[in-house]
Amino acid sequence: MTNVTQNRPLSPHLSIYKPIPTMVMSIVHRITGVALYAGTLLVAWWLFAAASGEAYFEWVNGIFGSLLGRLVLFGYTWALVHHMLGGFRHFIWDTGHGFDPQTSTRMAWATLAGSIILTILIWIAGYATRF
Amino acid sequence: MDSKNMRTPLSKVRGLGSAKEGTDHFWRQRLTALANVPLLIFFVGFIVVYNGEPYAVVAGALSNPLVAVLMGLVLISGIIHMKLGMQTIIEDYIHAEGMKVSLLILNSFFSIAVGAVSLFAVLKLGFGG
Repeated sequence: MTNVTQNRPLSPHLSIYKPIPTMVMSIVHRITGVALYAGTLLVAWWLFAAASGEAYFEWVNGIFGSLLGRLVLFGYTWALVHHMLGGFRHFIWDTGHGFDPQTSTRMAWATLAGSIILTILIWIAGYATRF
Repeated sequence: MDSKNMRTPLSKVRGLGSAKEGTDHFWRQRLTALANVPLLIFFVGFIVVYNGEPYAVVAGALSNPLVAVLMGLVLISGIIHMKLGMQTIIEDYIHAEGMKVSLLILNSFFSIAVGAVSLFAVLKLGFGG
């Protein structure tokens, strides 16, 4: 019996866990949620500027349109798309489906791939409307 | 009644649990998540169409009644959703009672402040700038 106790698997701590897709996408889902939370300040600022008049709006637009501004907005777009696709997974899980390792892992990869592709497509569309 | 069970019959019937809100948090979180899907597709679409446009065009678009209503719904649904999400994160990771309660209060204040500023802006533009 002592052997049984000694060989019992311990619950592994997060730092020694080998990252797996479902786990990483779960963590990323939460991180993108926090990023979107902070990013509402940008949305509020932009709407506030639009309601404040032309001069202030153009000034804020200049900041959003700068290289750094566009970089932040690109990241914000990706966070939104990733969080939404991650949410779709949760809707599927809510119905009691998609819990087996193969399906859930496939959905995790699809979330990542889909978020990158959709973000790029949104930005291509965004640039296309300006010409 | 089982002598080891401390729950009253009324508590069992209500089924609200120790936090007294039952599945309310979960349900609102999922409901706003569902609403956010079409609403944020609209929001992203709006930005895609109107990015880089001059002030008069953007302000004009935001004064359209349908756009103003949808933009207001984006903000309300999105902000309720994010407030619930941040509440969960705080409750998951912050265990010291004082810090936890302080952050939960800040979470509510931040969400309401962002909502107040952005909703006022949408209404002002909706009513003609």
